[in-house]
Amino acid sequence: MSTVMEKKINLKLVRNPNENNEPEAEKEVVYDTKGLNLWYGETHALKNINMEIKEKEVTAIIGPSGCGKSTYLKTLNRMVELVPIVKTSGQITYKGKNILDKSFRVEDLRTQVGMVFQKANPFPKSIYENIAYGPKIHGIKNKKILDEIVEKSLRGAFIWDELKDRLNDNAYGLSGGQQQRLCIARCLAVEPNVILMDEPTSALDPKSTLRIEELVQELKKDYAIVIVTHNMQQAARISDKTAFFLNGEIIEYDNTDHIFNNPTDERTGDYISGRFG
Amino acid sequence: MTTKYMDAQLVEKRMSSRVRKNTGWKGLFFASTLFGLVVLAILLVRIFTQGMEYINIDFLMNHLSTDASRAGIMGAILGTAWLMVVVIPVTMIIGVGTAIYLELYAKKGKLQSFIATNISNLAGVPSIVYGLLGLTLFVRALEFGNVILAGGLTLSLLVLPIVIVAAQEALRAVPGQLSEASYGMGATKWQTVRRIILPAALPGILTGAILALSRAIGETAPLTVLGIPALLIPFPSGIFDTFTALPMQIYYWTIDSSLVAEYANLAAATIIVLLILLFLLNSIAILIRNKFQQRY
Repeated sequence: MSTVMEKKINLKLVRNPNENNEPEAEKEVVYDTKGLNLWYGETHALKNINMEIKEKEVTAIIGPSGCGKSTYLKTLNRMVELVPIVKTSGQITYKGKNILDKSFRVEDLRTQVGMVFQKANPFPKSIYENIAYGPKIHGIKNKKILDEIVEKSLRGAFIWDELKDRLNDNAYGLSGGQQQRLCIARCLAVEPNVILMDEPTSALDPKSTLRIEELVQELKKDYAIVIVTHNMQQAARISDKTAFFLNGEIIEYDNTDHIFNNPTDERTGDYISGRFG
Repeated sequence: MTTKYMDAQLVEKRMSSRVRKNTGWKGLFFASTLFGLVVLAILLVRIFTQGMEYINIDFLMNHLSTDASRAGIMGAILGTAWLMVVVIPVTMIIGVGTAIYLELYAKKGKLQSFIATNISNLAGVPSIVYGLLGLTLFVRALEFGNVILAGGLTLSLLVLPIVIVAAQEALRAVPGQLSEASYGMGATKWQTVRRIILPAALPGILTGAILALSRAIGETAPLTVLGIPALLIPFPSGIFDTFTALPMQIYYWTIDSSLVAEYANLAAATIIVLLILLFLLNSIAILIRNKFQQRY
């Protein structure tokens, strides 16, 4: 088990940093963040963030606890607004529109940008109802269409074969790893363009973690994925780009290979090699 | 060798007294529990031996009468039922609505906590005060008279704080990560409230409603203030009819038992009916609650 994972890391780490740069020109920018500042009351949590996120890529955000990485992720679908004292400045352009603009309807944004949370949070409903929830709130009532969406989403999260015979079972009866993949499937059911993942494997065992990581690799063929992680090996294994956050600032944002093999900033190198954080 | 602080002999000597004390405390706690049970048992035995033989179809179905041998309590049963027809929807709609607003919509701040604190305070106001409020507002100012609507609204006011507080606690207990998941898929606040938060909170809300309803059924003081007639022959058939209720009937028969001794037995029999009714209502509500809980 662990040897497999190590092999993967090594493969990734020794890869020539320039070799995956070729097809990049064709990839469209999904999110363009310019001069983003965010305050929780008096606390300046994000300082002048500038960052482009592209489609069909995995963008990892790493950094020590409290560095603002989760806050930034939650700003991308404005979940951060659930904390009432949040104030922002600057702009985040999503497909040409500034999502921080109050006229941008937050429900529209969240329909196009799915989110997977740190702790698997299935609804206390059946597996079927968990997946069907998203389409239902968006007005799909036809049972046949819902059936198809449920199957497609579960297949998309590679969990259909495990769950197809127990669609009416309570989702709480699943293992932690299955619950998290169910949550990913639930997120796919709304057919988003972007999937935000907030430390999706931090509560899972190594085997489930590996399955989620494999799933991320599959999903990036169709989606832009932004993943916040505490696990640097994970960032190295699965991401194309890595941003290193420290005290609310982006210290370095570059190709993952570059960040892990040849970081420009000393602090990035110190963090990656485990000297702090 | 290091110094030993634990003297094995001394520990041994104290051990038996420690164990005795342990048993003693356990006994005391059991006795406390027993006290309540014994009092309840005495009460039930007394009421059942006194009233049981008076319970028969005639007693349940007859109109009220001054003649103890012909008196029945159907009027009071119907009165209590009609009160519930008013109390249940009013408290559920206003109570749950208030709780949803305070817990999920109102901005957390001084005003919100001021309102919440005062709702809790209202739960402690003596019921007779609500009776006076009902008399002033519903019976006189709004000119309903001492009808079922006035009684039901008065009782609703009385139990509203219980429903609100219980519903607030139930809503607060729903994990925030569930609503986050819902918002994360583009659900509106109302969709999240209706499809995720309310179903998850429903068992807790119903528990509060059960408690509140039981309280409303048993209340006597506010109804006496409203001026509920002591002897009412016709059955009520709508919310604008005058009425009597089971606890009122018990109250009048008990104070009149100095005139007609048999009234005391009728009061005991009515208590049995009231207790059975409460028991049935609670059972139904608990069944509903369990049914909803099983869905998760």
